[in-house]
Amino acid sequence: MNQLKNFTNGFFRENPILVLVLGTCPTLATSSSVLNGLGMGIATTFVLIGSNTVIALLSGIIPDKVRIPAFVVIIASFVTIVDLVMQAYTPSLYETLGIFIPLIVVNCIVLGRAEAFASKNSVLSSFIDGAGMGLGFTMALGILGAFREVVGSGAILGHKFIKGDGILVFILAPGAFWALGYLIALVNRLKKS
Amino acid sequence: MSKTPSTFRNMVLSLTIISMGAAACLSFVYVITKEPIAASSLKKKLDAIRMVVPDFDNNPYEDAFKVAVDNTDSLEVYPAKKDGTIIAYAVNTYTKLGFSGNINLMAGFRTDGSIINIVVLEQKETPGLGAKMNESAFRDQFRDKNPTEFRIKVKKDGGNVDAITAATISSRAFCDAVQKAYVAIQKGDRK
Repeated sequence: MNQLKNFTNGFFRENPILVLVLGTCPTLATSSSVLNGLGMGIATTFVLIGSNTVIALLSGIIPDKVRIPAFVVIIASFVTIVDLVMQAYTPSLYETLGIFIPLIVVNCIVLGRAEAFASKNSVLSSFIDGAGMGLGFTMALGILGAFREVVGSGAILGHKFIKGDGILVFILAPGAFWALGYLIALVNRLKKS
Repeated sequence: MSKTPSTFRNMVLSLTIISMGAAACLSFVYVITKEPIAASSLKKKLDAIRMVVPDFDNNPYEDAFKVAVDNTDSLEVYPAKKDGTIIAYAVNTYTKLGFSGNINLMAGFRTDGSIINIVVLEQKETPGLGAKMNESAFRDQFRDKNPTEFRIKVKKDGGNVDAITAATISSRAFCDAVQKAYVAIQKGDRK
Protein backbone atom coordinates (compact mmCIF):
# COMPACT_ATOMS: atom_id res chain seq x y z
CA MET A 1 0.00 0.00 0.00
CA ASN A 2 1.15 3.51 -0.72
CA GLN A 3 2.52 4.78 2.62
CA LEU A 4 2.80 8.39 1.49
CA LYS A 5 -0.91 8.39 0.74
CA ASN A 6 -1.60 6.98 4.21
CA PHE A 7 0.41 9.82 5.69
CA THR A 8 -1.08 12.74 3.74
CA ASN A 9 -4.57 11.31 4.20
CA GLY A 10 -4.73 12.78 7.70
CA PHE A 11 -3.71 16.23 6.49
CA PHE A 12 -6.20 16.96 3.77
CA ARG A 13 -8.51 14.32 2.40
CA GLU A 14 -9.51 12.98 5.84
CA ASN A 15 -8.30 15.69 8.21
CA PRO A 16 -9.88 14.67 11.54
CA ILE A 17 -11.10 18.16 12.43
CA LEU A 18 -11.63 19.98 9.16
CA VAL A 19 -13.14 17.13 7.13
CA LEU A 20 -14.23 14.33 9.46
CA VAL A 21 -15.15 16.85 12.22
CA LEU A 22 -14.17 14.39 14.96
CA GLY A 23 -12.89 15.40 18.38
CA THR A 24 -14.28 18.93 18.29
CA CYS A 25 -14.60 19.20 22.08
CA PRO A 26 -10.85 19.42 22.83
CA THR A 27 -10.44 21.40 19.59
CA LEU A 28 -12.77 24.18 20.68
CA ALA A 29 -11.56 24.20 24.26
CA THR A 30 -7.79 24.18 23.80
CA SER A 31 -7.29 26.30 20.69
CA SER A 32 -7.39 29.68 22.43
CA SER A 33 -3.69 30.21 21.67
CA VAL A 34 -1.11 28.71 19.31
CA LEU A 35 0.94 27.06 22.06
CA ASN A 36 -2.06 25.46 23.75
CA GLY A 37 -3.32 24.15 20.43
CA LEU A 38 0.04 22.72 19.42
CA GLY A 39 0.61 21.20 22.86
CA MET A 40 -2.74 19.45 22.74
CA GLY A 41 -2.06 18.35 19.15
CA ILE A 42 1.31 16.83 19.99
CA ALA A 43 -0.06 14.99 23.03
CA THR A 44 -2.85 13.55 20.89
CA THR A 45 -0.38 12.64 18.12
CA PHE A 46 1.70 10.63 20.57
CA VAL A 47 -1.37 8.76 21.80
CA LEU A 48 -2.55 8.12 18.21
CA ILE A 49 0.79 6.74 17.06
CA GLY A 50 1.17 4.56 20.15
CA SER A 51 -2.33 3.18 20.21
CA ASN A 52 -2.47 2.62 16.44
CA THR A 53 0.81 0.70 16.47
CA VAL A 54 0.00 -1.49 19.47
CA ILE A 55 -3.53 -2.20 18.28
CA ALA A 56 -2.29 -3.20 14.82
CA LEU A 57 0.26 -5.45 16.53
CA LEU A 58 -2.34 -7.14 18.72
CA SER A 59 -5.29 -7.14 16.33
CA GLY A 60 -4.65 -10.79 15.44
CA ILE A 61 -4.94 -12.06 18.99
CA ILE A 62 -7.75 -9.84 20.29
CA PRO A 63 -11.06 -11.70 19.93
CA ASP A 64 -13.67 -9.65 18.07
CA LYS A 65 -16.20 -9.51 20.89
CA VAL A 66 -13.85 -7.85 23.37
CA ARG A 67 -11.98 -5.62 20.94
CA ILE A 68 -13.50 -2.35 22.18
CA PRO A 69 -12.55 -2.88 25.87
CA ALA A 70 -9.09 -4.01 24.76
CA PHE A 71 -8.66 -0.88 22.60
CA VAL A 72 -9.84 1.35 25.43
CA VAL A 73 -7.35 -0.20 27.87
CA ILE A 74 -4.50 0.36 25.39
CA ILE A 75 -5.55 3.96 24.60
CA ALA A 76 -6.05 4.80 28.28
CA SER A 77 -2.56 3.51 29.08
CA PHE A 78 -0.98 5.78 26.48
CA VAL A 79 -3.00 8.75 27.71
CA THR A 80 -1.91 8.11 31.29
CA ILE A 81 1.71 7.97 30.15
CA VAL A 82 1.33 11.34 28.38
CA ASP A 83 -0.42 12.73 31.44
CA LEU A 84 2.37 11.70 33.83
CA VAL A 85 5.19 12.78 31.53
CA MET A 86 3.65 16.21 30.91
CA GLN A 87 3.00 16.69 34.60
CA ALA A 88 6.65 15.94 35.31
CA TYR A 89 8.42 17.85 32.53
CA THR A 90 6.05 20.55 31.20
CA PRO A 91 4.06 21.54 34.30
CA SER A 92 2.89 24.91 32.96
CA LEU A 93 1.47 23.43 29.75
CA TYR A 94 -0.06 20.62 31.79
CA GLU A 95 -1.84 23.19 33.91
CA THR A 96 -3.32 25.09 30.95
CA LEU A 97 -4.53 21.96 29.21
CA GLY A 98 -5.70 20.50 32.51
CA ILE A 99 -8.68 18.20 32.18
CA PHE A 100 -8.31 17.88 28.40
CA ILE A 101 -5.26 15.61 28.66
CA PRO A 102 -7.09 12.77 30.48
CA LEU A 103 -10.01 13.40 28.12
CA ILE A 104 -7.91 12.31 25.10
CA VAL A 105 -9.13 8.84 26.15
CA VAL A 106 -12.59 9.65 24.87
CA ASN A 107 -11.40 11.63 21.85
CA CYS A 108 -13.24 9.91 19.03
CA ILE A 109 -10.33 10.32 16.59
CA VAL A 110 -8.24 7.91 18.65
CA LEU A 111 -10.83 5.16 19.00
CA GLY A 112 -12.05 5.91 15.48
CA ARG A 113 -8.63 5.27 13.91
CA ALA A 114 -8.14 2.17 16.07
CA GLU A 115 -11.43 0.69 14.90
CA ALA A 116 -11.44 1.90 11.29
CA PHE A 117 -7.77 1.60 10.40
CA ALA A 118 -5.37 0.00 12.88
CA SER A 119 -7.40 -3.17 13.47
CA LYS A 120 -7.47 -3.91 9.71
CA ASN A 121 -4.04 -2.81 8.51
CA SER A 122 -0.38 -3.66 9.01
CA VAL A 123 1.71 -2.26 11.85
CA LEU A 124 3.70 0.06 9.58
CA SER A 125 0.62 1.48 7.83
CA SER A 126 -1.05 2.02 11.19
CA PHE A 127 1.98 3.81 12.57
CA ILE A 128 2.03 6.12 9.55
CA ASP A 129 -1.71 6.65 9.68
CA GLY A 130 -1.42 7.59 13.36
CA ALA A 131 1.36 10.08 12.62
CA GLY A 132 -0.54 11.62 9.67
CA MET A 133 -3.82 11.89 11.55
CA GLY A 134 -2.06 13.28 14.63
CA LEU A 135 -0.13 15.89 12.67
CA GLY A 136 -3.26 16.81 10.72
CA PHE A 137 -5.02 17.34 14.04
CA THR A 138 -2.05 19.38 15.33
CA MET A 139 -2.02 21.48 12.16
CA ALA A 140 -5.72 22.28 12.40
CA LEU A 141 -5.36 23.16 16.09
CA GLY A 142 -2.35 25.33 15.30
CA ILE A 143 -4.17 27.28 12.58
CA LEU A 144 -7.24 27.71 14.75
CA GLY A 145 -5.10 28.69 17.74
CA ALA A 146 -3.11 31.22 15.72
CA PHE A 147 -6.25 32.83 14.34
CA ARG A 148 -7.95 33.03 17.73
CA GLU A 149 -4.85 34.35 19.46
CA VAL A 150 -4.20 37.06 16.84
CA VAL A 151 -7.80 38.25 16.66
CA GLY A 152 -8.80 37.56 20.26
CA SER A 153 -5.86 38.81 22.28
CA GLY A 154 -3.80 40.72 19.71
CA ALA A 155 -0.80 38.49 20.30
CA ILE A 156 1.12 35.71 18.66
CA LEU A 157 2.92 33.01 20.67
CA GLY A 158 2.29 35.08 23.78
CA HIS A 159 3.87 38.30 22.39
CA LYS A 160 1.38 41.14 22.28
CA PHE A 161 1.55 43.40 19.25
CA ILE A 162 -1.34 45.72 20.06
CA LYS A 163 -2.12 47.70 23.18
CA GLY A 164 -5.20 46.65 25.12
CA ASP A 165 -7.52 43.83 24.22
CA GLY A 166 -8.39 42.14 20.96
CA ILE A 167 -11.86 41.00 19.98
CA LEU A 168 -12.39 39.08 23.20
CA VAL A 169 -15.21 36.90 21.97
CA PHE A 170 -12.69 34.91 19.93
CA ILE A 171 -10.98 33.63 23.09
CA LEU A 172 -14.35 32.55 24.47
CA ALA A 173 -16.41 29.58 23.37
CA PRO A 174 -18.63 31.33 20.76
CA GLY A 175 -15.57 32.63 18.94
CA ALA A 176 -14.18 29.10 18.83
CA PHE A 177 -17.31 27.91 17.02
CA TRP A 178 -17.16 30.79 14.52
CA ALA A 179 -13.49 30.30 13.78
CA LEU A 180 -13.88 26.54 13.34
CA GLY A 181 -16.96 27.01 11.16
CA TYR A 182 -15.22 29.44 8.80
CA LEU A 183 -12.12 27.26 8.68
CA ILE A 184 -14.20 24.23 7.64
CA ALA A 185 -16.01 26.35 5.03
CA LEU A 186 -12.67 27.51 3.65
CA VAL A 187 -11.36 23.96 3.41
CA ASN A 188 -14.53 22.82 1.64
CA ARG A 189 -14.14 25.65 -0.84
CA LEU A 190 -10.52 24.71 -1.50
CA LYS A 191 -11.47 21.07 -1.97
CA LYS A 192 -14.03 21.97 -4.63
CA SER A 193 -11.70 24.01 -6.76
CA MET B 1 -3.86 -13.34 9.88
CA SER B 2 -6.63 -15.50 11.31
CA LYS B 3 -8.64 -13.97 14.13
CA THR B 4 -8.69 -15.58 17.53
CA PRO B 5 -12.24 -16.96 17.94
CA SER B 6 -14.37 -15.21 20.57
CA THR B 7 -14.66 -18.05 23.03
CA PHE B 8 -15.06 -17.26 26.72
CA ARG B 9 -11.59 -18.56 27.52
CA ASN B 10 -9.94 -16.45 24.78
CA MET B 11 -11.75 -13.29 25.77
CA VAL B 12 -10.82 -13.57 29.46
CA LEU B 13 -7.27 -14.51 28.63
CA SER B 14 -6.62 -11.73 26.10
CA LEU B 15 -8.14 -9.00 28.27
CA THR B 16 -6.17 -10.21 31.29
CA ILE B 17 -2.90 -10.21 29.38
CA ILE B 18 -3.51 -6.75 27.88
CA SER B 19 -4.44 -5.29 31.25
CA MET B 20 -1.39 -6.79 32.88
CA GLY B 21 0.86 -5.44 30.14
CA ALA B 22 -0.72 -1.99 30.51
CA ALA B 23 -0.29 -2.11 34.29
CA ALA B 24 3.38 -3.03 33.94
CA CYS B 25 4.06 -0.14 31.51
CA LEU B 26 2.20 2.35 33.68
CA SER B 27 3.93 1.39 36.90
CA PHE B 28 7.25 1.78 35.11
CA VAL B 29 6.37 5.30 33.89
CA TYR B 30 4.93 6.17 37.30
CA VAL B 31 8.19 5.28 39.04
CA ILE B 32 10.25 7.36 36.60
CA THR B 33 8.05 10.46 36.75
CA LYS B 34 7.25 10.36 40.47
CA GLU B 35 10.16 12.49 41.60
CA PRO B 36 10.05 15.13 38.83
CA ILE B 37 6.32 15.59 39.49
CA ALA B 38 6.86 16.10 43.22
CA ALA B 39 9.77 18.46 42.53
CA SER B 40 7.84 20.58 40.02
CA SER B 41 4.78 20.93 42.23
CA LEU B 42 6.95 21.97 45.19
CA LYS B 43 8.83 24.43 42.97
CA LYS B 44 5.57 25.97 41.80
CA LYS B 45 4.41 26.55 45.39
CA LEU B 46 7.78 27.92 46.49
CA ASP B 47 7.89 30.26 43.46
CA ALA B 48 4.51 31.66 44.41
CA ILE B 49 5.63 32.19 48.00
CA ARG B 50 8.86 33.80 46.82
CA MET B 51 6.91 36.36 44.79
CA VAL B 52 4.91 37.66 47.74
CA VAL B 53 7.41 37.71 50.60
CA PRO B 54 10.99 39.01 50.93
CA ASP B 55 14.02 36.73 51.04
CA PHE B 56 13.77 33.81 53.42
CA ASP B 57 16.09 30.96 54.31
CA ASN B 58 13.69 28.32 55.65
CA ASN B 59 11.34 26.01 53.79
CA PRO B 60 7.98 27.76 54.36
CA TYR B 61 6.23 24.75 52.98
CA GLU B 62 7.50 22.54 55.81
CA ASP B 63 6.67 25.13 58.48
CA ALA B 64 3.14 25.67 57.13
CA PHE B 65 0.21 25.69 59.52
CA LYS B 66 -3.52 25.92 59.05
CA VAL B 67 -5.73 28.67 60.42
CA ALA B 68 -9.48 28.28 60.59
CA VAL B 69 -11.64 31.10 59.22
CA ASP B 70 -15.46 31.29 59.25
CA ASN B 71 -15.55 28.11 61.39
CA THR B 72 -15.87 26.03 58.24
CA ASP B 73 -12.74 26.63 56.18
CA SER B 74 -9.09 26.81 56.94
CA LEU B 75 -6.27 28.51 55.04
CA GLU B 76 -2.67 27.42 54.76
CA VAL B 77 -0.21 29.95 56.15
CA TYR B 78 3.47 29.72 55.21
CA PRO B 79 5.76 31.60 57.57
CA ALA B 80 8.91 33.00 55.93
CA LYS B 81 11.82 33.04 58.35
CA LYS B 82 15.25 34.58 58.24
CA ASP B 83 17.80 33.40 60.79
CA GLY B 84 15.01 31.72 62.74
CA THR B 85 12.71 34.74 63.18
CA ILE B 86 9.52 35.17 61.22
CA ILE B 87 9.72 38.12 58.84
CA ALA B 88 6.57 37.61 56.81
CA TYR B 89 3.66 35.31 56.12
CA ALA B 90 2.42 33.99 52.80
CA VAL B 91 -1.21 32.87 52.82
CA ASN B 92 -2.78 30.61 50.27
CA THR B 93 -6.28 32.03 50.18
CA TYR B 94 -9.29 31.57 47.95
CA THR B 95 -12.87 32.67 47.43
CA LYS B 96 -15.99 31.10 46.04
CA LEU B 97 -17.49 34.49 45.13
CA GLY B 98 -15.81 34.71 41.71
CA PHE B 99 -17.82 35.23 38.55
CA SER B 100 -16.96 31.72 37.40
CA GLY B 101 -15.35 29.23 39.72
CA ASN B 102 -12.96 29.61 42.62
CA ILE B 103 -10.24 32.22 42.69
CA ASN B 104 -7.01 31.11 44.31
CA LEU B 105 -4.49 33.69 45.54
CA MET B 106 -1.18 33.80 47.36
CA ALA B 107 -0.95 36.87 49.56
CA GLY B 108 2.12 38.04 51.47
CA PHE B 109 1.86 40.00 54.73
CA ARG B 110 4.46 41.62 56.96
CA THR B 111 4.31 40.79 60.65
CA ASP B 112 2.54 44.13 61.31
CA GLY B 113 -0.27 43.00 58.99
CA SER B 114 0.52 45.18 55.97
CA ILE B 115 0.29 43.62 52.53
CA ILE B 116 3.52 42.99 50.63
CA ASN B 117 2.24 41.58 47.37
CA ILE B 118 -0.51 39.36 45.98
CA VAL B 119 -0.33 36.93 43.10
CA VAL B 120 -3.16 35.06 41.41
CA LEU B 121 -2.59 31.31 41.37
CA GLU B 122 -5.78 30.28 39.66
CA GLN B 123 -8.81 32.06 38.22
CA LYS B 124 -11.39 31.40 35.53
CA GLU B 125 -12.85 34.90 35.22
CA THR B 126 -13.88 36.37 31.88
CA PRO B 127 -10.84 37.21 29.71
CA GLY B 128 -10.51 40.98 29.26
CA LEU B 129 -12.79 41.75 32.20
CA GLY B 130 -12.40 39.89 35.49
CA ALA B 131 -9.18 38.25 34.34
CA LYS B 132 -7.59 41.72 34.58
CA MET B 133 -7.23 41.08 38.32
CA ASN B 134 -3.97 39.46 37.29
CA GLU B 135 -2.64 42.76 35.91
CA SER B 136 -0.48 45.00 38.04
CA ALA B 137 -2.82 47.99 37.57
CA PHE B 138 -5.31 46.31 39.86
CA ARG B 139 -3.05 44.23 42.10
CA ASP B 140 -0.55 47.00 42.89
CA GLN B 141 -3.08 49.12 44.76
CA PHE B 142 -2.87 46.60 47.61
CA ARG B 143 0.89 46.89 47.95
CA ASP B 144 2.23 48.23 51.25
CA LYS B 145 -1.29 48.93 52.49
CA ASN B 146 -2.21 48.02 56.02
CA PRO B 147 -5.76 46.67 56.28
CA THR B 148 -6.26 48.50 59.58
CA GLU B 149 -6.61 51.78 57.65
CA PHE B 150 -7.04 50.50 54.09
CA ARG B 151 -10.46 48.85 53.93
CA ILE B 152 -10.29 45.83 51.64
CA LYS B 153 -13.61 46.42 49.90
CA VAL B 154 -14.49 47.94 46.56
CA LYS B 155 -15.48 51.63 46.68
CA LYS B 156 -19.07 50.75 45.83
CA ASP B 157 -19.22 48.83 49.11
CA GLY B 158 -17.62 51.62 51.12
CA GLY B 159 -14.03 50.39 50.94
CA ASN B 160 -10.82 51.77 49.47
CA VAL B 161 -10.30 49.43 46.52
CA ASP B 162 -10.72 50.66 42.95
CA ALA B 163 -12.72 47.94 41.21
CA ILE B 164 -11.88 46.76 37.69
CA THR B 165 -14.18 48.49 35.19
CA ALA B 166 -17.13 46.25 34.32
CA ALA B 167 -15.89 43.54 36.67
CA THR B 168 -17.19 44.49 40.10
CA ILE B 169 -18.05 40.89 40.95
CA SER B 170 -14.50 39.71 40.29
CA SER B 171 -13.05 42.67 42.19
CA ARG B 172 -15.32 41.95 45.15
CA ALA B 173 -14.26 38.31 45.10
CA PHE B 174 -10.60 39.29 45.05
CA CYS B 175 -11.16 41.55 48.07
CA ASP B 176 -13.01 38.77 49.85
CA ALA B 177 -10.05 36.41 49.42
CA VAL B 178 -7.54 39.02 50.60
CA GLN B 179 -9.70 39.93 53.59
CA LYS B 180 -9.92 36.23 54.51
CA ALA B 181 -6.15 35.95 54.37
CA TYR B 182 -5.79 39.03 56.60
CA VAL B 183 -8.19 37.51 59.17
CA ALA B 184 -6.18 34.30 59.11
CA ILE B 185 -2.95 36.20 59.77
CA GLN B 186 -4.49 38.07 62.70
CA LYS B 187 -5.69 34.80 64.21
CA GLY B 188 -2.44 33.03 63.51
CA ASP B 189 -0.42 35.81 65.14
CA ARG B 190 -2.26 35.46 68.40
CA LYS B 191 -1.31 31.80 68.72
